[in-house]
Amino acid sequence: MRRIISILMENEPGALSRVVGLFSQRGYNIETLTVAPTEDNTLSRLTLTTFGDDRTIERITKHLNKLIEVVKLVDLTEGSHIERELMLIKVKATGAQRAEVKRTVDIFRGQIVDVTSSVYTVQLAGASDKLDAFINAIGETQVLEVVRSGVSGISRGEKVLSL
Amino acid sequence: MEKLSGAEMVIRALQDEGVEYLFGYPGGAVLHIYDAIFQQDKVQHVLVRHEQAATHAADGYARATGKPGVVLVTSGPGATNAVTGIATAYMDSIPMIVISGQVRSDWIGDDAFQETDMVGICRPIVKHSFMVRETQDIPEIMRKAFYIATTGRPGPVLVDIPKDKTSPQVKLPYEYPKKIKMRSYTPVARGHSGQIRKAVEELMKARRPVIYAGGGVVSGNASDLLIKLAHKLGFPVTNTLMGLGSFPASDKQFVGMLGMHGTYEANMVMHNADLIMAIGARFDDRATNDTSKYCPSATIIHIDVDPATISKNVRADVPIVGPVQQVLEDMIGMLEEHGGQPDQKALARWWEEIEGWRKVHGLRYEVNEGGLMKPQQVVQALHRITKGDAYVTSDVGQHQMFAAQFYGFDKPRRWINSGGLGTMGFGLPAAMGVQFAFPDATVACVTGEGSIQMNIQELSTCLQYGLPIKIININNQALGMVRQWQDMQYGGRHSSSYMESLPDFVKLAESYGHVGIKVDRFEELEGAMEKAFSLKDRLVFMDIYVDPNEHVYPMQIADGAMRDMWLSKTERT
Repeated sequence: MRRIISILMENEPGALSRVVGLFSQRGYNIETLTVAPTEDNTLSRLTLTTFGDDRTIERITKHLNKLIEVVKLVDLTEGSHIERELMLIKVKATGAQRAEVKRTVDIFRGQIVDVTSSVYTVQLAGASDKLDAFINAIGETQVLEVVRSGVSGISRGEKVLSL
Repeated sequence: MEKLSGAEMVIRALQDEGVEYLFGYPGGAVLHIYDAIFQQDKVQHVLVRHEQAATHAADGYARATGKPGVVLVTSGPGATNAVTGIATAYMDSIPMIVISGQVRSDWIGDDAFQETDMVGICRPIVKHSFMVRETQDIPEIMRKAFYIATTGRPGPVLVDIPKDKTSPQVKLPYEYPKKIKMRSYTPVARGHSGQIRKAVEELMKARRPVIYAGGGVVSGNASDLLIKLAHKLGFPVTNTLMGLGSFPASDKQFVGMLGMHGTYEANMVMHNADLIMAIGARFDDRATNDTSKYCPSATIIHIDVDPATISKNVRADVPIVGPVQQVLEDMIGMLEEHGGQPDQKALARWWEEIEGWRKVHGLRYEVNEGGLMKPQQVVQALHRITKGDAYVTSDVGQHQMFAAQFYGFDKPRRWINSGGLGTMGFGLPAAMGVQFAFPDATVACVTGEGSIQMNIQELSTCLQYGLPIKIININNQALGMVRQWQDMQYGGRHSSSYMESLPDFVKLAESYGHVGIKVDRFEELEGAMEKAFSLKDRLVFMDIYVDPNEHVYPMQIADGAMRDMWLSKTERT
């Protein structure tokens, strides 16, 4: 099962490598990873997605919690949550396809952020499966380049992950 | 406020932590620190002959005393030589501070002379690591390093210090922090009383119970409480390799060590138990055999200070996260409050069954009448001569298992071996650490001719500091445990498992200024050993020739349950 683990950790050199190292060292996979400082710049927020059954995820979260620089963490997929990923994608846009691509971008509520005579660069945000669906709709043969930010997430409602 | 250089801060911090000994080896990146050592006399530096030995010596000191061991090594090869010792301490949860020199901070990343990313190399084998970025951070980092290493589940902490941060030219105000608080590190202080109550209810219901106690009882200083609890309940107690001594081997409730080379009765008790209370043990693969066949009818109570250990290998029915000492104290209190007793009739039947199992094997072995000595006889003689009261360190292999099975430890912190990592070369340097901690104690290093050669150079350190260690070299002229597996699983093909061109260990010991004694007949063994142990101020190297064909039994059969064992070369369960 896919999980989104969100970690609040000390914004210190080496902290990220400890988190990443833990996964390879114990034989787990990281699917996506994003990290940036929070409003308090002594803290970083790291979000990662991984696959595993309950037992594996329990082990991962326990080991993550043991890392000295990890302050708190939550498995967002345990409750209702909002998940977003940003994608920048270059697609071929020539002839009749220009209008078709434009229409698809509108349907997915994306934005064309750069234009040449043969290429549209599209910005699209949403849950990961929405981004996958957009790539499918455009057709892989039309896609020139894809850059995805990895998943960020936050709990719904009043629950917050903070000190 | 007093002003100190970074190097002086490091040493002052060690003084403020009450450190007696610093095990190390000098080199370019730590010369400022060595100069600071020279100018004080509170912390005694112990010069080893190889950095691996520095870590093992600090480790042995820590295991014997419960206090953290401290190591100082230079950058590059000095640091990488320490890696095996750090990993050894990590696997066995030993508190240790390793200070490693680093090249100048402005050279880091330039592939400078003797540069190594020590923080990176050690990441998977330390509890935490620090790289000093500013000289003024040294006192706080040192305080944090000791705090992290010694609290919660203990472990090694690395402090990597670039040479320029210890420069005598820069003097800054020094104040050692009295208290340290880290928002991201708060070890569990108490086990949950509701969970302990649940455990007590399970203990009361049990009809075929066992207490399975590990190294956590030793490091958590909870041996007395374990004994009290076990006596109150009347339950059988088994120890892991790391837990030996936490419950007296001579106590009638002790059923011996469990696991791969555990006693028949301990493994049978585990397999047939309806309740297992694991205390400070981690269900290591050498202690469980195949976990899918593990103790099928047991309810499992698991007490450990490390939440990540609970349900890691075997699912716990009643998990209790907390310091063993406090949890056992509360549990004893609740038992007294409860006032009840487990079903005494069921318990009596259980003990009858256990006594039956005890008769099946009882760690028997065949003596070669008039022929080669058996290694077991050597360990039993050692027990007699030292009255079971020595500190015994060991290396890794058959001799280690024979020592674990036959010495019979009655006190915690007396059995000092590399359980988790299984590091050959551990025994002699670890014995040095123990002897420094307790100069008047009897310290024996049970080893083999394979392991001892992995850190033999430390005989020189022992001479320099006058350490009267007794080395019991159980010499079977082969890498015994490797050979045993080759006999059992590889059709007796002894691929690289025998030792050709062994040195004359007696002459070797003598050339290092020690006493060497060779023994190859059982009749001479006790006399020679008595003589060795009567030389109170000398290191004695006893080179004892034993039967090279002896195997360690019982031995659990791979991928089986706890009850599946070889009992001798020809009998199995």
